[in-house]
Amino acid sequence: MKTGVKSWRDSAGSFAFVAPALAIFAVFYLYPFCKVFSLSLYEWDGVNPNTKFVGLDHFRSILTEDPYHWWQSMRQAGFITAFALVFQNSLALTLALLCDRAIRRNTLYRVIFFIPPILSEIVVGLIWKWIYDGNWGLLNSWLAAIGMESLARTWLGDPDTALWCVALVHSWKGFGWGFIILLAGLQAIPEQVYEASGLDGAGPVRSVCSITLPLMIPTFFMVSILTILGSMQVFALILAMTGGGPGYHTEVPVTRIIASMISSSRFGYACAQGIVFGAILIVVSFIQIKASKMLKQA
Amino acid sequence: MMRNLLCLVALAAVMQGCSPKQDARSTSQSVTIWHWMTDKDEILQELAKEYENQCGVRVEFELYAPSDVYNQKVRAASQANCLPDVFGLLAEKHDLASFIKAGYVHDLAGSLAADGNAWAQRFYPLVLSHNEFDEANEYGIAPGCYGIPLDLMTVQMVYNKDLFKQAGLDPERVPKSWSEFIEYGRKLKAANIPAFVCGFGEIWLIDCFASCYAFNIMGEDKVIDTFRGNVPYTDEDWMKVFSLFKEMADEGLWYPGITNLNNKEAELAFAHGRAAMTLNGSWCVNVYEEMNPQLDFAVFAPPPVTAEHAMRVWGSAGASFLVSEGSAHRDEAIEFLKWLTDKPQQARYATATNSIPANRECADVVSPILASFASEIESSTHPSRWPIMEKGTVLEAFDKGIQTIIIADKQPQEVANTVQAVKAKEGKQG
Repeated sequence: MKTGVKSWRDSAGSFAFVAPALAIFAVFYLYPFCKVFSLSLYEWDGVNPNTKFVGLDHFRSILTEDPYHWWQSMRQAGFITAFALVFQNSLALTLALLCDRAIRRNTLYRVIFFIPPILSEIVVGLIWKWIYDGNWGLLNSWLAAIGMESLARTWLGDPDTALWCVALVHSWKGFGWGFIILLAGLQAIPEQVYEASGLDGAGPVRSVCSITLPLMIPTFFMVSILTILGSMQVFALILAMTGGGPGYHTEVPVTRIIASMISSSRFGYACAQGIVFGAILIVVSFIQIKASKMLKQA
Repeated sequence: MMRNLLCLVALAAVMQGCSPKQDARSTSQSVTIWHWMTDKDEILQELAKEYENQCGVRVEFELYAPSDVYNQKVRAASQANCLPDVFGLLAEKHDLASFIKAGYVHDLAGSLAADGNAWAQRFYPLVLSHNEFDEANEYGIAPGCYGIPLDLMTVQMVYNKDLFKQAGLDPERVPKSWSEFIEYGRKLKAANIPAFVCGFGEIWLIDCFASCYAFNIMGEDKVIDTFRGNVPYTDEDWMKVFSLFKEMADEGLWYPGITNLNNKEAELAFAHGRAAMTLNGSWCVNVYEEMNPQLDFAVFAPPPVTAEHAMRVWGSAGASFLVSEGSAHRDEAIEFLKWLTDKPQQARYATATNSIPANRECADVVSPILASFASEIESSTHPSRWPIMEKGTVLEAFDKGIQTIIIADKQPQEVANTVQAVKAKEGKQG
């Protein structure tokens, strides 16, 4: 009996410590999530207390009719993500390898490479918008200065180049994260492994292929998951650079959600879009984690 | 035991910290007003102080900017039931209707009609109607007037006189027809001057440009019939509207990258002489003066395509204040708004902010250029006065479609088909 009381008291004490965190989690995460899901079943303009229950109509509309360029925006976010996975992460890995082994004063470079990620996305977007400006932009001025004036154009106003320009800036802004994580992964590989392989006659290329890359697989997966999640959710940069235009050429899922919510006052539909988008990201992350485990076992 | 007691005390402290505090406003004697107008805050604060000295009622103007953040704040406050005594609403008529339906906005019709319509008669009727709902309104709102305008605005063409001179055009003679407008554009282009800039990255400006010409080409009834779903966007008159944008694109009259510019960037380009003409609201007088005091510019109504129907520019109330239905100081708030819109205060407000006052007794205090803007107010139109508004999704398809015509990505027929398809999905509006 005494033990039971003590056990109850211990549990209550522990619960008291955990309760604030639980309360915060419930209020700021659990409740909003449940609320978003419940709102997705209604037609609501965001102000009027009168709502209309529509069941799963919003989900059906998103998945089958695509009336608001939702899947086009998904494809465009997919393009930005693919570009980031290839270009941003290749750049990050190259620079991490150089800083890990080849370059002196690499602390200075670490700081320099980490500057873009800490800048505000809006500020970065506005600066690059100015660089890309078709009339007074730096890029066109530089092209003219080196005799390549024929390439000058309104970079963000041209449907052929707008998405590429946004993807490039997103990668430029994001490579610093990958660089830091990959560098940490490289530095976690024991030096003795390289020394042993050197004694066995492995050259630098063989060391990278047979030691560095296999041991870095978990880090690669982590970086690629972060890249996918970060790139699919890009939006502040887009708002600052193109606003989703011209037309729908640089729209991404988050800008479509904002458009549904703000421009069309369809909060319920926007919530449904948010849930579909979240579900897609969860599935992608789950597949990546599974693939990572399979590769590790192999 | 002591440890557990301490834990409970700590928990109670945290919970107390998280609990809602009593709203300070509920016990204060002051009237609180929220607004977003950074350029008007100074004069509003001055007037508030003067009112306190005169009447003993403290008025606190709280500025929240930029406007999109302000909009979010007002919406969030409405849901949290903590709107201030008076607030501005940057929104379309259907949003205002939602606020009224939700019971957040007080009907001021009674106050306006008191003493033989004394307060109502101060205003230009069309400006006051911006916040009015009549008996036949399609929003299901009780007839009434739900906001008090501070100033008014019209959106018209603005041109740079110096650039007109450079292109060999008479700066005192403006284009009177669409064909003449295109001819002016050609001459400007020949002089290597971009003819027309506008913030077409903000789709409402595209809507403004297009609806002026839609009214001119097909008349108001047909435009409204389109919104009701009785006329398709593939109708030949709508094709004419879409084709105007293509014609300007074919002639090379759009400022490069126009579909990426927000209004501020377009204002900057125009103020610094990078384009000869623009479409902008009367607020631009203040903006251009700040950006380039030397800019020599004038105003003209968009030149009509046809004489069959009148050209109707957009014109309406600029900023309006709404009185919160739940305000504990509603009477004080209404009295302050009466004082604020009285002739001496309106004259000071208009002079300090370079805006056109809503009080028509102050028409003589505005500058000649603002008078040019104001001259079109009686023949103007505005979505807030239309009996029905187009759905946001259709408008977006319409305006974004025009962006794609401007950048030569799509043809007018393709855009018309797309817009009509969205319209069909949205269903007919009653």
